[in-house]
Amino acid sequence: MSLFGKKERLIVIDGLWNKNPISFLVMGICSALAVTVKMQTALIMALGTTFVLSFGCMAVALIRNYIPSNIRIIVQILVVSVLVIMVDQVLRAFFFDLSKQISVFIGLIITNTLVLGRTEGYAMNNPPWPSFLDGLGNALGYSSFLLMISALREIFGSGTFFGFPVVPHFFYQAGYINNSIMVLAPGAFFLLGALVCIHRMITGHREEH
Amino acid sequence: MNHYITLAIKTIFTDNMILAYFLGMCSFLACSKQIKTATGLAMATTFISTMTVPMNWLLKAYVLKKGALAWAGLPGLDLSYLSFILFIATIAALNQITEMIVDRFAPALYATVGIFLPLITANCAVLGATFFMDQRDYTFGESLVFGFSSGAGWGLAIITLAALRKKLWYSNPPAPLKGLGITMMTTGFMAMAFMAFAGIAF
Repeated sequence: MSLFGKKERLIVIDGLWNKNPISFLVMGICSALAVTVKMQTALIMALGTTFVLSFGCMAVALIRNYIPSNIRIIVQILVVSVLVIMVDQVLRAFFFDLSKQISVFIGLIITNTLVLGRTEGYAMNNPPWPSFLDGLGNALGYSSFLLMISALREIFGSGTFFGFPVVPHFFYQAGYINNSIMVLAPGAFFLLGALVCIHRMITGHREEH
Repeated sequence: MNHYITLAIKTIFTDNMILAYFLGMCSFLACSKQIKTATGLAMATTFISTMTVPMNWLLKAYVLKKGALAWAGLPGLDLSYLSFILFIATIAALNQITEMIVDRFAPALYATVGIFLPLITANCAVLGATFFMDQRDYTFGESLVFGFSSGAGWGLAIITLAALRKKLWYSNPPAPLKGLGITMMTTGFMAMAFMAFAGIAF
């Protein structure tokens, strides 16, 4: 078995685009949208979720034959929470100010249904390496949505990108005003709805009511 | 007393778990297709949230906080890094116990509400309420009020959305927007409406 054969590439691309977890599976929207006001927090959240999802899938796949089936959900939650604690402790050690803002949402990666969905739906029945790639692909697909929403919210809502001003000064002089709905919660709902609509237009995925 | 009422109104309306913090989106979208399902889930979530937030407060105050184990003769211990794993364990265990009790003593209730209990372990709104309680350093009384009202606010939002989706049944949006897309936009408008409650206090 090669490490990056055609099959392995397909697993990653499925998660990233063809079966994007947000648009296709409608999963894991919970904890992430709240951190999309600024790019910086969204990027940290995306990296944290990627780490937890890919290594969580690999860890569950490694012990999949030893997990009794009636307590498997609890075991998966425990494996995931150990990884989440690792992410949180690293953030607390190196980015203390940032960690104070998003510690709650990092903790909520534990109950992110995307993580449980992938460990339960894929990693429980597959060897470690494909499970790792499946987790990675799904996490990247998820992160791409997160970062797109965050970029749009920060540029149109605050006129900045990663904290640097990007809207030219003469725009403001000509009467341009930052759109404050983007900073508030409804902006994220509208943008997510629009992005899902665009993704489904391209991929042709449809849903009955 | 006024303080508690203000906290409850703020948590239910302005700081609503879904509409301001996006917590509990997954079951919010999956279980809002029928009002009956939504009501059952809302009641179960409110119950679990009211129970778990004060329980986790006790856990935090007497086990996890720095110096909290002084009553056991270990004043130097700081177990706060274990809080994530113990909070979720409390929620999972309480769900399991409630499910068994309801199944044993109230089979009729189990048929309507009990089937939703396993879903709630993975509901971000319940775990999120505990984390907010931890972060904002609520007192025991406040955590009781906060636990109830965060669950009630979540329940109110999901029942409202279920009613709106029923009306959406007769609408005819563009095909790619059907389902998730139009539901998210509707939720956005709901969030805007709930923001109108900002500033109400007693």
